[in-house]
Parts: sequence; C-alpha cells; structure tokens
Amino acid sequence: MPIFSQQAKLKRQAIFDLSFRSLTRVCAFGVLTLLAAIIASLVVGSMPAIHAFGFGFLTSSEWDPVNEKFGALIPVFGTLVTSGIALFIAIPVSFGIALFLTELSPRILRRPLGIAIELLAGIPSIIYGMWGLFIFAPMFADTVEPWLNKHIGTLPYIGPFFSGPPMGIGLLTAGIILAIMVIPFIASVMRDVFDVVPPMLKESAYAVGATTWEVMWQVVLPYTKVGVAGGIMLGLGRALGETMAVTFVIGNSHDLSKSLLMPGNSISSALANEFNEAFGDLYTSSLIELGLILFFITFVVLSIARYMLYKLGKREGQAA
Amino acid sequence: MNILPSLYTRRRLINAAGLSVSVLAMLFGLFWLCWILFTLLDHGLPSLVPAVFTQMTPPPGDSGGLLNAIAGSLMMTVLGTLIGTPIGILAGTYLAEFGHRGWMAPVTRFINDVLLSAPSIVIGLFVYEIYVVKVKHFAGWAGAFALAILVIPVVIRTTENMLRLVPSTLREAAAALGAPQWKVVNFVTLRAARAGIITGVLLAVARISGETAPLLFTALNNQFWSSNMNQPMANLPVVIFQFAMSPYDDWQHLAWAGALLITLSVLTLNILARVLFRQSATTH
Repeated sequence: MPIFSQQAKLKRQAIFDLSFRSLTRVCAFGVLTLLAAIIASLVVGSMPAIHAFGFGFLTSSEWDPVNEKFGALIPVFGTLVTSGIALFIAIPVSFGIALFLTELSPRILRRPLGIAIELLAGIPSIIYGMWGLFIFAPMFADTVEPWLNKHIGTLPYIGPFFSGPPMGIGLLTAGIILAIMVIPFIASVMRDVFDVVPPMLKESAYAVGATTWEVMWQVVLPYTKVGVAGGIMLGLGRALGETMAVTFVIGNSHDLSKSLLMPGNSISSALANEFNEAFGDLYTSSLIELGLILFFITFVVLSIARYMLYKLGKREGQAA
Repeated sequence: MNILPSLYTRRRLINAAGLSVSVLAMLFGLFWLCWILFTLLDHGLPSLVPAVFTQMTPPPGDSGGLLNAIAGSLMMTVLGTLIGTPIGILAGTYLAEFGHRGWMAPVTRFINDVLLSAPSIVIGLFVYEIYVVKVKHFAGWAGAFALAILVIPVVIRTTENMLRLVPSTLREAAAALGAPQWKVVNFVTLRAARAGIITGVLLAVARISGETAPLLFTALNNQFWSSNMNQPMANLPVVIFQFAMSPYDDWQHLAWAGALLITLSVLTLNILARVLFRQSATTH
C-alpha cells in the first residue's frame, strides 16, 4: 500500500510540474500573441485608409480633414528629421559620457554619475515637453535662433535650413529635446559594452604607449562597434516613437517647410493631437495607418538594434 | 629626430582634446538634468498647496486641486501592475527555466526586447482598437490594460536576467533532495531572485506612472471624482497635458504641481529600486 500512495504522490507532482510549465509557456506565448494582435488590430483599423489611398498615402503631403484627403509624408518626414537631429547630437555626447564613465571618472564618482545619467532617462516625457514649451523654447527663440538666422541662415546650401522666424517651437527644438532624452539610453548601452572589453586588450595597448584616446578609438571602439551601433539604433527607436515631448514643442503644422526652425509634425504628435478629435472613419483610419507606419519603422530599427547587441553578446560568450 | 617629438606632442594634444570633450559631454548631460529639476522645483513648489491633494480638478478660471487625477492615476497604475506583473514573472520564468530547447524561447526573448522599447502611443492605439471601440466609450479599465501591456516586457526582462544569476548548484541541490521542478522554481530559484524581481517591478511602475501617450485614447480624462473603472477616468499625466496646453493661469499652475509630483514619485521609485537591488547584490 505505501508504495501505491508514493506512486500516486509522484504522479501528482508530475501533474503539478506539467501544469506549472504549461502555465509559464502560455504566458510566454502571450507575448507573441500580443505582437500579432497589435499588428493585426492596426492593419484592420487602417484598412479604410489603405483602400482609399493605397501607396499614395506614403507620398502625399496633403492633410485635409474637411475634404477627407490624407497623406503621411509630412508626419513621416517630421519623425525622421527630428530623430535624425536627435542622433546627430546624442551620438557624440553619449560617446563622451560613456568614455568618461568607463575611463576617466574617479572610482567614487562613477556610480553616482551613472545613476544621475540614468535618472535623466527616468524623467517622464511629458515633463520634457512642459519644460521644453515653457522654458527651453522661449530661451531658444530669444538667443539661439536669431544667432542661427544671422550666421548660418545666410550661408549658401545649408542656409535655408536655418532661416525663418525665431518662434522657439519647431523641428529643431523637438530634435534637441529628443537628443537630451535619448542620450541616457545610448550612453548606458555604450558604457555597458565598453565594460565588456577584456582589460588585457586595453592594458596591452597602454603598455605599448597608446594614449587613453587612442585606446578608445583604436582598441575599444573597434572591439565593440557592433554593440555601439546596437545602442545607437536603440536610441533611434526611442526617438522615433517618443510622443509627449515632441507634441509640446513641434508646433503641429501640416505644412512642408525646408527650414528646421518652422513648426512641423511627427507621427506620434499627430496621433496625440488629432486622434480624439478625429471625425469620420477615414480620418480615424488614416491616423491608425500612421500608427502602423510608426510601428513598422520602430520594429525594424529595434530588431536591427537587438540583433547587433546579441551578436556582440554571442562573441563575448565564445571568447570567455 | 625632430619628427618624433612633434608626433608625440600631437598625440598628447589629441588625447587632451578628446578627454576634455568627454568631460564636457558629461557636464552637458548633468546640466540638463539639473536645469529640468530646478525648473520643476521652481515652478512646482509654489503651486504645491494642500488644496492640490484635497480638491477636484477645477473648470477654467477657478481654483481647485488634483485629487481625482491623483486617485485615478494610482488606481490605474496599481491595476496595470497587478495585471502585468504575474504574466511577466511567469513568462520570464519560462524563458530562464524551461525554454532551453526549441524555437519559442529565443523568439519570445527577441519579440519581448522589441516590445520593451516599442512606442507607447501605439499600445494606446491598440487598446483603443480592441477595447474602446468594442464597448464604445473610454474607460479606466482600458487605461489599466494599456499600462499592463507596458509593464509585461519590463518584468519579463528583469525576471529572466535575475533568474539567470541564480547559481545552478542551488537548483541541483533542491532537485537532488527530490523536489519536483515546480517546487524548485517557486520555492528556490524565484525566492533567491526575489529582490531583483522586485526591482524590476518597481522600475516598471516608475515607467508607467509617467506615461501619457497610452492613456490619451484609453482612459481619456474626467473632470470629476470617479472610482468607476468603466467610465473615463482622470489621471495625472493627461491632466498635466491638458492644463499645460491651456491658456489659463490656474490650470498651468496645477500642471506644474502635478509635474513635480509625478517626477518626484518616478525618481524616488527609480532610486529605491537601485538601492534595493544593490543591497541584495551585496548580501548575496
């Protein structure tokens, strides 16, 4: 008899095992379903717009709710330009911060400074937006933009990008605020990948007389370039999808303008501003199609970022 | 022999220039942090009067507080966390403990990492499509669901990372004593990784408590007190958005007070999570 009850006990435990494992499996599967559901619901929601405009949606700069004519060119352009400006500023600054944190900082300061930079990432984006609208934009309009107008706006070729009324809000302001927001993301990935460089490599370079800067450029950076690129793509993914900060300062105008000082629109700010006020199926569905485009772009960018970071991680695993 | 010293000087100069730029970059980052925090304190503190915590959001031109928005934010954040955390922990457990074979774990890990940084406004659109459109009104529940979707990837990532830090010898010891796998995972590995997982949950809460975009199309806003999750629900981020964009002075003051509140709570959660994690790391 005792043997039977033992076996029953074992059997029961086996059932518990199986059900617990299945439960975790179902939850993990839920993540995959979630992604499929997001894509499916966005595609279904944007069907009316896809039917009405087809591929012309991507190339048309019209945005006329009254006559129900919609095109994605201006928001997509705004999203790409602001993210481009953000990366242009954020990449060198993040590299500097990561270099400082890994090579230069005194040991005691390393942790608090690292946390301070990470706190910059913790500040909610709506705070960046408010600060940008009330504090940064007026200051920018009073000091930097007149200067840009006067000194760079008159130059050939690049001049037109920097001329225009100094209003404070616009693509350039949005790009700068995005840069501040993505710096902590890029910097902390760069710091992490710089930390995986085997100390022996760096020490050998120092031993043959290389300066800190040369060690960074010629040893650390080549060794970690895949990871660094991954971090940059991760920051780009953040910048592309950022909503509230951009909505406050981009100006929400559906006019195409060459100047970076003029107001524009991004996909996320168009959604935040117009979605709740959208009337009619076609208007709503055009906005959802914008969301689909945004999701597609960020999905591709983030996938590349993750792939690159995995690649570095894998090499690390083989070396160890 | 003259070339050599000049080359040496040039290398030293480049090095000095590069390193100074690096120091400047660090100061540049800290500068924005200080400026933003200073602005918040400067504008937020004078507006942070007791009425903020005791009165409802006012109509334009009237004085009032943020009580309904604070309550709504708390309710949706707590519910979002309660829905998202168990799913996240279980899925993270699968990735770390059971997903050694087959295609599912690597694919899930990859998708999860992508969802981790997916634009939150798209999550808002998604919940709008599957919830708000179906029930035909905005609702607190929709907001809580949207926030839960943001919690899940954060919790999965930290749970998996923390479980991987648990030494295999612990699992083997438990298994050798005859413990079935579900007991090993629940009572040994998950317990050993507890502090790290709590850190992950705190970070997730910090992330969602400042999120505005996913709430715009789901919970929307409500000028009055409401504890009915089936109705549109006031919440701090959307109230801040609406009030800050308005031309009314009273509303803008309240927006600054709310901004200060949110930032302080988010930063406190962030620091708390780090302190907690550090303690657990040193005691192990």
